[in-house]
Amino acid sequence: MKQFLIFVGKEFKHVFRDQKTLLMLFGLPVVQILLFGFALTNEIKNSRVFVLDYARDRDSRNIINKIESSTYFEIYGVSANPADMEKAFRSGRVKSAIVFPDHFANSLYHQRRTQMRIITDGSDPNTATTISNYLSTLVNDYQFGQLPLPPGAIQLRTEIRMLYNPELKGAYNYVPGVMALVLMLVCVLMTSISIVREKENGTMEVLLVSPFKPLLVLLSKAVPYLLVSFFNLVVILVLSVLMLGLPIKGSLALLLLVSTLYIITALSLGLLISTATASQQAAMLLSLMGMLLPTMLFAGFMFPIENMPKALQYISNIVPARWYYIIVKSIMIKGLGLSAIWKEVLILSGMTLFLLALSLKKFKIRLE
Amino acid sequence: MSTEPVIRAEKLTKRFGDFIATNSISFEVYPGEIFGFLGANGAGKTTAMRMLCGLSKPSSGSASIAGYNIYTQTEQIKKNIGYMSQKFSLYEDLTVMENIRFFAGIYGMPFREIKEKAHALLSHLNMEEQARKLVAELPLGWKQKLAFSVSVFHRPRIVFLDEPTGGVDPITRRQFWDLIYEASQQGITVFVTTHYMDEAEYCNRVSIMVDGVIAALDTPRGLKKHFGVQSMEEVFFKLARAAKRGAD
Repeated sequence: MKQFLIFVGKEFKHVFRDQKTLLMLFGLPVVQILLFGFALTNEIKNSRVFVLDYARDRDSRNIINKIESSTYFEIYGVSANPADMEKAFRSGRVKSAIVFPDHFANSLYHQRRTQMRIITDGSDPNTATTISNYLSTLVNDYQFGQLPLPPGAIQLRTEIRMLYNPELKGAYNYVPGVMALVLMLVCVLMTSISIVREKENGTMEVLLVSPFKPLLVLLSKAVPYLLVSFFNLVVILVLSVLMLGLPIKGSLALLLLVSTLYIITALSLGLLISTATASQQAAMLLSLMGMLLPTMLFAGFMFPIENMPKALQYISNIVPARWYYIIVKSIMIKGLGLSAIWKEVLILSGMTLFLLALSLKKFKIRLE
Repeated sequence: MSTEPVIRAEKLTKRFGDFIATNSISFEVYPGEIFGFLGANGAGKTTAMRMLCGLSKPSSGSASIAGYNIYTQTEQIKKNIGYMSQKFSLYEDLTVMENIRFFAGIYGMPFREIKEKAHALLSHLNMEEQARKLVAELPLGWKQKLAFSVSVFHRPRIVFLDEPTGGVDPITRRQFWDLIYEASQQGITVFVTTHYMDEAEYCNRVSIMVDGVIAALDTPRGLKKHFGVQSMEEVFFKLARAAKRGAD
């Protein structure tokens, strides 16, 4: 036990003396959260709208005001000249425009029907769809708020409610994904590199010749990264709650517990990579290519898995991040308990046991 | 040299598939001896040494280290040997003192003993001022001497040195060998592989491996006499020229 503590102490020294490692360990999670939370979202915020207003009447002005006052949009310019709109789109400064025809209010009140047009920049289809949805919602709201219902008119109104995330915040989607990504990256990369470094330096042989048990070598390598990752996890959660306004609706204890399980999964993956590689570069490459890409693609936070071809859906099943992502979303955002996620937890546990057994077996073989 | 051998290898063999890296080698090493283990690259000396240290399992044959069987009593063997690997075997990002404390610690030495012995060692090596320096900042020769001192710090009965003086200048090599002599005088058996033939002259006895077998084993003087040459270098060339395996 004393030997074990001495070893763990040594590992901590390795971590804290290497500035690059430190930066990566503690900088990466913060940068990722801020990046995904603020920059890389598909939310619409202050999107510029051009208004081509041929009508210039009370209702067109009211609608323009309503759009202007929403947090999603700001009016870039109002004009009655289609060339101005063309120019605004060309310059890339506006993503959308609305067009009010002549006699907008007039036909609305007298013919009881009118049309207006929403034009969006389709070169970015996701944003275009979101913008047009938001704009039509605003216009509909105005319509129902302003116009008295004609007597006897039948009206069908759909009311849309976004469960768990009423404001459609992108962070709700990204933060669990970033948690899955960062923990996976840090654990796999750091463990595999730290073990392979001992091999490269020749210290691994010295350790294996010593009475110190090989199993303990692996264990003492895992302990510091487990603690560091746990710290990272807490930082990510604090940042998400304080800066991105994310809720933790479910049990925090359950969330931390399951995250620890996921960290151990990643650590065992790192061990496995370290037994398969001989140089730090190879370990780094394998960790990045083998972890980063599948985690990004198959966790489900960037591309919905349901929309993928069947073959890719099957592949996504073996990516641990996919299950962890579901778990985190269920606990944090939906506030569900263990009864809702036991299946995912079971799958993660199974993966961990499998990876751990495999890497221990391979590590033993290497001693032969 | 009538005492019990501290290393005894009998028909020790290691196969990797069809390739026989070490082919049925037998030899004995006696307490306090400095035993030189020579051979060209690929002759099988590192494989043989790895088997003796417990880093690699023999395909057949037997061996005992400090009286313990290498198949069944690996734990006892590990407590009684020290090892210095071919690559540099200290942690560059730890200080001199931290390295000593770590390696002594994993051998289970008590703190008090580590502390006393570490100070004695550093003053002996004239490295007291470097105690708190990172190993990375030391010149290569100092690192090498420190690595050796660390490998015998827990007072093993045998220390295995795998090409310990690679890339070191002749003066430092000489100083390094002074340390080896000191260890040997304290009763530690030294098993050393080397490329340098001048170092072979420093050994009590020398074995030369060619193509996985021991082609010659005697004192340097005996070998030179047997082959009728003036230096170990010539002995080595005479034997190595007959090698069929290319160097890797």
